[in-house]
Amino acid sequence: MTGIRTETQPPSVQGNTPITEVEMEGQRKETYSRMIARRFLKHRLAVVGLGILAIITLMAIFAPFLAPHDPYEVTEVFEGEPSAEHWLGTDQIGRDVLSRLIYASRVSLVVGVVAVAIYIAIGTIVGAVAGYFGGWIDMVIMRITDIFMSFPFFMIILVIVSVVGSSLTNVILVLGLLGWPSVARLVRGSVLSLKQLDFVKAGIALGISTPRILFGHILPNAIAPILVNATFGMAGAVMTEAALSFLGMGVKAPMASWGNMLTDAQSLSVLTDQPWLWVPPGVMILVSVLAINFIGDGLRDALDPKALK
Amino acid sequence: MFVYIVRRILISIPVLLGITIVNFLIINMAPGSPVDMMVDPNISAEQLELRKEQLGLNDPLWMQYLTWMGNLLQGNLGYSLSSFEPVSTLIGERIGPTVALMGASIVVGVLIAVPFGIISATRQYSKWDYLMTTGSFLGISIPNFFLGLGLIYIFALKNPWLPSGGMTTLGTEGGIVDTLYHMVLPVFVLAIGIAGKKIRYVRASMLEILGQDYLRTARAKGLREFVVTNRHALRNALIPIITVVGMEIPLLLGGAVITEQIFQWPGIGQLTMQSIMSRDYPTMMALNLLAAVMVLFSNLVMDILYSVADPRIKYN
Repeated sequence: MTGIRTETQPPSVQGNTPITEVEMEGQRKETYSRMIARRFLKHRLAVVGLGILAIITLMAIFAPFLAPHDPYEVTEVFEGEPSAEHWLGTDQIGRDVLSRLIYASRVSLVVGVVAVAIYIAIGTIVGAVAGYFGGWIDMVIMRITDIFMSFPFFMIILVIVSVVGSSLTNVILVLGLLGWPSVARLVRGSVLSLKQLDFVKAGIALGISTPRILFGHILPNAIAPILVNATFGMAGAVMTEAALSFLGMGVKAPMASWGNMLTDAQSLSVLTDQPWLWVPPGVMILVSVLAINFIGDGLRDALDPKALK
Repeated sequence: MFVYIVRRILISIPVLLGITIVNFLIINMAPGSPVDMMVDPNISAEQLELRKEQLGLNDPLWMQYLTWMGNLLQGNLGYSLSSFEPVSTLIGERIGPTVALMGASIVVGVLIAVPFGIISATRQYSKWDYLMTTGSFLGISIPNFFLGLGLIYIFALKNPWLPSGGMTTLGTEGGIVDTLYHMVLPVFVLAIGIAGKKIRYVRASMLEILGQDYLRTARAKGLREFVVTNRHALRNALIPIITVVGMEIPLLLGGAVITEQIFQWPGIGQLTMQSIMSRDYPTMMALNLLAAVMVLFSNLVMDILYSVADPRIKYN
C-alpha cells in the first residue's frame, strides 16, 4: 500500500480525480441534502426542537438587550417574589432571576457546542486511525478506549474537575477531553466497513495518499452517525454542565448557569417557599435538553440509510 | 465460545491495569501534596519534609504507583483524610444502601419500560406510540436533580406523604418497611432515567422480532395475539434488553451521586460527594477505582451472558 504512493502515479490521474469527484459530489450532495431536509421536516417534534433551540440561541446572543436588569447587580429586594419589576423575582442576594436565566443560556450553549466539537474531533481521528490501520494500532487504541469507558462518565468528570478546579473553561476542557471514546468506537466501526468498499480500494490502487483516503474519501461517508452522536452529545453536555454546577463543581457564582441557580434549592426553605428561584432554571434545562434530543432523533431518522429511498 | 470467554477475560487484564494507572494519575494532578493539608504552625518545615519522606512522596511517580498498587493488592485502600478511618471500612458501610438503591431502580425501570415499549411497538405510529416515545424522551431529558427536587416539593413538602430524605425515620428503629418508604422517591428518580432509555430499546427490539417468520407461523396456528406478543415475541426481544441493562451501571453510579446527595441517602454516591467537598483524595481515588472496576466487571459478565444467551452470535 505504501509502496505505490505518489512516485508511480501519473500526474494526470492525480489531476483528474478530484475534479470529477467534486462535480459528482456537488450534484449528489445537493439532492441528498435536500432529501435529508425533507425527511427531517417530516419529524414534527424535531422541527419544534429546532425552533426552541433557535430561540435559546437568539436569547444567548442578544442577552444584553433582552435582560431587563444587570445579572450581577444587587438590587434592594432580597428573595423578592415575582413582581412587575422583577418578573421572576430576585434571588437570595437580590439579583434579578429572569436576567440571570437569560445570561445562563450562554453558558449552556457554549459548553454544549465547544465541548462536543472538541471530543468529536478527537474521537473521529482516533477512531479513524484505529479502524483504518487495524492490527496492533487498533488493539492498543481500543484498549485505551475501554479504559476510559470503564470510568462512569459523570463520576470521573466530577473527580477531575474537583482536582483541577472548577470553572467554565475547565468544565469545557474536561468534557471535551473525556467524551471521545464513544465517538471513537462509532467511527472505527464505520471505517472498518467502509474500507472494504470498492471506491476505497480503487483509491488505494490509484496511489492516493493514506490521509487523503481516510479524511477525503472514507470519513465523508461516515459523517451521518457522527452528526447524530454529536447532537445527542450536545444534549448530554448541557445536562452534565448543569449537574456539575448544581453540585457546586461547575460554573461558579457570580456567573449564572441554569445548574448553579438550582443549587440553593437544596435547602428546604428555598425549596418550599421560593419556587421562582428553582423552577424556571430547571424548566430551562429540561426544555433545552429535550429540544436538542428531539433534533437528534429527527436527524437519526432522516439520515438512516435503511430508510433511504 | 469457551475460547471467546477466555479471550474476553484476558483482554480485561490490561484494561484493569490501565484503569489503575489513569486513576493514579488523575489524583496526582491535584496541586500540592497531602502533607500540605497537615500544615500547622507547630510543625517545622524539616518535620514536614521528614513526613513527606516517610510517606514516600519524594519518590519518583512510578515508584509511588507501585507502592500504591502493592497496598491495593493487599486490600489496603489507604486512610480517609477527613475521618482517618480506613477507606475500605467507609466503603463497606456505604455499599449496601447504594446496591439496594441501584438494584431497585433497575427493576422498577425495566418494569416500566417493558410494557410501555411493547405497547409502542405493537401499535407502531399510533397515538400511543407517539405518547410513549415522547414520554421516553422526557425521561431522558429531565435532569435528575430537578426531578428529585420537584418530587420532594410535591410529595414531601406540600403534601407530607413521603419522607424528603434519609434512609430511616430519625429517632426510630427503622426496619425494612421504613427503608422501603424512604426508597420510593430516589428509586423513582433513577428508574425514570432508565425507563426513558429502555422504552426505545424494547420498542426497537420488539419491532424487529414482530416481523419474523416464526411469529407469522404462530399466528397461522391460530394463537391469540396476546400470546404471540407476550410469549413468543417478548421472550426473544428480552435477550438484548437484559444485556443492555448492564450498560446502565456506569450511568447509575453517576446518577447515584446526585440522587443520593439530594435525598441524603447514605451510600457510595453521597460518600463520593463528601470526599470531593473535603478534598479527601484517598477516598476519591478508591471510589473512582471501585466504580471503574464494577463497570469493567459488569461489562465482562454481560458480554459472556450475551454469548451464552444468543448462540447465533459468532466471535472471531
